[in-house]
Amino acid sequence: MLFWGGRIVQNLTDYYLCTELAQGKHTGPAEGIVGKMTAAIIEARDLVKRFDSFTAVDHISFAVPKGVIFGFLGPNGAGKTTTIRMLTTGLMPSAGRLVIAGHDPVKEPLLVRRAFGIVFQDPSLDGELTASENMELHGVLYRVPRPERRERVGALLRFVGLWERRDDYVKRFSGGMRRRLEIARALQHRPRILFLDEPTAGLDPQTRNQIWEFIRGLCRDEQVTVFFTTHYMEEAERVADRIAIIDHGRIVAEGTAAALRQQTGGRTLEDAFIALTGHSIREAAAAPIDRMRMMRRVWLGRR
Amino acid sequence: MNVVFILWLRQLKLYSRSRARMIGALGQPTLFLLALGFGLGPTFARAGRGDYVQFLAPGIVTMGILFAAVFSGIGIIWDRQFGFLKETLVAPVSRLEIVLGRTLGSATVALIQGSIVFVVCLAAGFRPAHPLLLPVALLFMALIAIMCTAIGTAVGSVLQDMQGFQLIINFIVLPLFFFSSALYPVPDLPGAMRLAVRLNPLSYGVDGLRGALNGSFGFGIAIDFAVLGGLAAILLAIGAWLFSKIEA
Repeated sequence: MLFWGGRIVQNLTDYYLCTELAQGKHTGPAEGIVGKMTAAIIEARDLVKRFDSFTAVDHISFAVPKGVIFGFLGPNGAGKTTTIRMLTTGLMPSAGRLVIAGHDPVKEPLLVRRAFGIVFQDPSLDGELTASENMELHGVLYRVPRPERRERVGALLRFVGLWERRDDYVKRFSGGMRRRLEIARALQHRPRILFLDEPTAGLDPQTRNQIWEFIRGLCRDEQVTVFFTTHYMEEAERVADRIAIIDHGRIVAEGTAAALRQQTGGRTLEDAFIALTGHSIREAAAAPIDRMRMMRRVWLGRR
Repeated sequence: MNVVFILWLRQLKLYSRSRARMIGALGQPTLFLLALGFGLGPTFARAGRGDYVQFLAPGIVTMGILFAAVFSGIGIIWDRQFGFLKETLVAPVSRLEIVLGRTLGSATVALIQGSIVFVVCLAAGFRPAHPLLLPVALLFMALIAIMCTAIGTAVGSVLQDMQGFQLIINFIVLPLFFFSSALYPVPDLPGAMRLAVRLNPLSYGVDGLRGALNGSFGFGIAIDFAVLGGLAAILLAIGAWLFSKIEA
């Protein structure tokens, strides 16, 4: 085991992958870090993001193996969304290294963007367009050839149960329908990774369940790696193959839900989460985006 | 179908689906045309300046384009507010394609809006002097539309939310309009004001349009065309650059 030694074995993910390599389960070239790099579809190493004097993400490292559902948890303001924005080329890291689907998001943003689909924390559909127009626009933006586009749009809209409503304006959709449409849209260009930033926030339990069913089914059928954040611990416990917990910009724990429970002696993942991140309530400063959320509520009503 | 085209098409769809926006953007120019055109018309005529509606109409058409273009360009803020902007920003396409599609779409919307205002002017008694010059008029309208949309794009890329909207109207749109040659003849103005009007890019749009419709250019068609075309290109570049700086 010294072979992997030093700072390379930094966290449980590395350990997990190393064991996989050692047991011969992993098929990639088994030569330490190189083997690790090919096994992981998302890899962050010493990732840092500073905003002026504030360090939002502070030297985090993690790796997401291909094909898993990876839960990224943390209290408000812990650095979840900042991390996702860096992974998805929306924000430049201050330091550190990122490899997403084999590419560096800083140097090759367009190649990385082609490889992932994303459902943002805030809705990102055009309400003035119909469901199929939203899908169509996405397909053109991602240069999905026309025949394939037609077939994908049909198949995905049927899958999320919106085919009958394809010609309705999205502004008339409920919150759950919008979420389903966003997931279908994000999958249209056959991404290898699906990022979901709080995909079930503000939805009722029935809709949440339904959405996770969709995601699990799609993940299975489409061979997609899923990277998600959520505040619902029981959801993460049920769905995620692996979980990382981030707090104050640092990863405080990583592993399976069972391993995290064991590590903290908690009965549920929520107990483990509280044990790891403490009881204090976080007051994130109101950014322009929060003001916009408020405005949107005023204009559109709560979803 | 490519990226520029589909984003252009989106702007047109949004416009055609929002009747309120169409009528709202038409109301103000019509009001100005009727109140000023017929209100100040007799005084204008007594001063030996001829038919004021004839003088005013090109200015009012320009106003219609200015308002529609800036608001449409500022649609970036709406897209940011309602989230759609992110969808385009993380797509694997260059920002230039996005900004081009948006701007051309918004400019087309403004051009349509200007044409409707033109029809309103015809209904109010305006008559173009040389119908054969109408294509030239249309060209100037298109240039005004592109220039004003680029201003909207630039401002919309910088503003974070709708709080600044009133500022834009009070400190950009209205000054551009009132300190242009849209409402009054330039030669008789006091020195400082004449300078302001001459420095205002919109004046050249109004002048070009008035020349094409009435047959009398104040600055000369070549100057109008050069200033307007050059500024449209520069502002478009600035707008595109500021848009490319938006973080997803």
